[in-house]
Amino acid sequence: MKYLSEFRDGRRARMLAAEIGRIVTRPWSIMEVCGGQTHSIIRNGIDQLLPNGVEMIHGPGCPVCVTPLEVIDKALAIAALRNVIFCSFGDMLRVPGSRDDLFKVKGAGADVRVVYSPLDALKIARDNPAREVVFLAIGFETTAPANAMAVKLAKQQSLENFSMLVSHVLVPPAIEAIMNAPGNRVQAFLAAGHVCCVTGYASYPSIASRYRVPIVVTGFEPLDILEGIRRVVRQLELGEARVENAYERVVTEAGNVAAQKVLREVFAETDRTWRGIGTIPRSGWRLSDAYLDFDAEHRFDVADITTHESPLCRSGDVLKGAIKPHDCAAFGKECTPRSPLGATMVSSEGACAAYFNYGRFSRSER
Amino acid sequence: MCLAVPGRVERIYDADGTPMGKLNFGGVVKDVCLAYLPDIGVGDYAIVHVGFAISQIDERSALETLRTFAELGILQEGLDELREKQDESAES
Amino acid sequence: MNASFDDQKHSNPDQDSPRSVRFSSTGKVSISGPLCPTPLRDYPHIILGHGGGGRLSSELIEHIFVPAFGNDALRTLADASVFPVHRGRLAMSTDSFVVRPLFFPGGNIGDLAVNGTINDLAMSGAVPHVLSVAFILEEGLAITELIAIVGSMAEAARRANVSIITGDTKVVDRGHGDGCYINTTGIGIVADGVDIAPSRAEPGDAIIVSGTVGDHGMAVMSVREGLEFESPIVSDTAALYPLVALILDATDDLHVLRDPTRGGLATTLNEIAVASSVGMMLDETAIPVSPTVASACELLGFDPFLVANEGKLVCIVPGPEAGTVVRQLRSHPLGAQAAVIGHCVADHPRTVVARTAIGASRVIAVPIGEQLPRIC
Repeated sequence: MKYLSEFRDGRRARMLAAEIGRIVTRPWSIMEVCGGQTHSIIRNGIDQLLPNGVEMIHGPGCPVCVTPLEVIDKALAIAALRNVIFCSFGDMLRVPGSRDDLFKVKGAGADVRVVYSPLDALKIARDNPAREVVFLAIGFETTAPANAMAVKLAKQQSLENFSMLVSHVLVPPAIEAIMNAPGNRVQAFLAAGHVCCVTGYASYPSIASRYRVPIVVTGFEPLDILEGIRRVVRQLELGEARVENAYERVVTEAGNVAAQKVLREVFAETDRTWRGIGTIPRSGWRLSDAYLDFDAEHRFDVADITTHESPLCRSGDVLKGAIKPHDCAAFGKECTPRSPLGATMVSSEGACAAYFNYGRFSRSER
Repeated sequence: MCLAVPGRVERIYDADGTPMGKLNFGGVVKDVCLAYLPDIGVGDYAIVHVGFAISQIDERSALETLRTFAELGILQEGLDELREKQDESAES
Repeated sequence: MNASFDDQKHSNPDQDSPRSVRFSSTGKVSISGPLCPTPLRDYPHIILGHGGGGRLSSELIEHIFVPAFGNDALRTLADASVFPVHRGRLAMSTDSFVVRPLFFPGGNIGDLAVNGTINDLAMSGAVPHVLSVAFILEEGLAITELIAIVGSMAEAARRANVSIITGDTKVVDRGHGDGCYINTTGIGIVADGVDIAPSRAEPGDAIIVSGTVGDHGMAVMSVREGLEFESPIVSDTAALYPLVALILDATDDLHVLRDPTRGGLATTLNEIAVASSVGMMLDETAIPVSPTVASACELLGFDPFLVANEGKLVCIVPGPEAGTVVRQLRSHPLGAQAAVIGHCVADHPRTVVARTAIGASRVIAVPIGEQLPRIC
């Protein structure tokens, strides 16, 4: 595919890696915020090309992993209601709630449907006027414009049987939370390219200067990721802490202005609990007051939820970069992709699942 | 976090007031909402996530990035050659 | 009521009695079904009576099944079909088919049900010989669709030189099935001296795949996800025995033969690696994937190595024999893109590893369940 295959060239990847090796003089810890980048790093083995000492820490940028347990439990409760068609991205179906996951609820008789786009959920609502159609609106800033448009169209078209269970999360507050965390080891960030498509990166320079941390907006293909790493290493070696854009073909400083306008209309900032991490102030979006009628939490009585997280699971420490997945005692034992204790073992881009699926061999080899 | 892929706009149409497009992803054609890229035209490339085009791809920047890599490669090959020559002279 | 009713199992517990008809019924059926002598064509859809063992059932047999599958064994309409056994050992395999949608680019549930079972036979080195077929039809299925499915089955069976010699039909209430489910059971004949088992892979063996992977799964998925194509992805459903014959011709030392259906190439290779206690080292760039399948996988976030195939085989032969086997496979249209994709190794037993395009490595793991379109 154009704009993908050119950025996967093996020879150039090795040259970029060699260039990183040439400029690096001491160990550095770099966090890729985005789970999609984690996936690409493990899937392609990019970390294996890096010189010793350049360590990638896998960040919390996987919506499947950080969606709070309470929201999963609410989703399960709503999905189990009679007359509800519950729509979700495929990623969320195996995420464990306190007791069940959506697959199990579906198996027990709930009408749970996988959609590719929130517009598909809207169509299901149009086609089933007598049923309540609920969409699980999760994701970062990348996914938010799509979900916002779905609810905006629902309002325009007076689709009263459509509602959304919203749990959007935002990247910049998470970066700050990581930098503020005691024992933080992260010295530089690869910022998530597709989030920046929407938001731009105008909010990053203040973070870079406040925490003295280089931030490079980075794409997802092997060459993009290596170029992002090369640029942060260069800054680290020079003692700089700037914002750079290594994904210029896709990201502009201003981002997608049309999308931002709709986001401001449909969503409002809110404190958000990140699964495994805790509550981060103003780190999420909820539906704005103008759209509260479409909020599934208001429409269905699911306030009375008590959550239960596995005491063994250390996914929070993994998401903060404090430990590697295999440092967790439950990794590969009580916790596997087949019976995950935490969400990081569920999503294919969750750090634990990525390590379990792709990382075993490279670790044993070393 | 976000699986998004580049596609070429083949056709633009209107669905109940929402601008939509047929986008070609390496031979696969899918309907995509273009509401967030009001200025995009047929033949342009966009990054698409969950059925929405969220960013138009800038061809010039793409080529520039690839050129940087190529130059880095030439630089690297030049360095390798230089090193090899130095090694040879050191050995002899 | 004759013997056709003695083996009813409830596919649907809500229902008092599933309607059943056997093709091999004597024709002297009970008249408890509808008596109206309306010809088949006046019922555009399957109704419960088509499984009732009455005249409607007989009409399905007479007008659809027997003409399509027509062979001497079936035509006798006895309660069981009797057929001669040849020299050698018998292989037997069964499989049920529940694909949705029923019709997809390149095939339908009918040819899938025939090819799927005879391929399982072929993977033990057996020449497929006879098949049984059992339908579970949902009330409301269009008769034209049933005719198309049955026609495809007949055509697939003819092409593979197997006979469909017995069968059964049940009808369930509307809403209790996806139109049509099919079970097929097949018997094949294994020649003396052929010994193929998943546990026979050894370090040094070459791993060969007969063509591009992921075509069937993505053909089905494309219909579900409303994808369109410049050059359509079509299911690779095909009978593989001709390729097996070519391989057996090319080498006396075929170690493993499998068809990577559900779970795709990755699952099959992992199963072999575990059964044989060998490691596998693949070259990711050597695994054939059609460009359109690769693009569709990219779009939906799928891994083509985990996507189902219905007309591909994996064979494992001693390294030195690989060249000859690949040449033989490529001589047949079904194997035109056959390739050596890697080798069995003594290192990392029971683990399948691939060298990635950028020269690093990754583990190819078994998927947990069905792949779903993902956003991240």
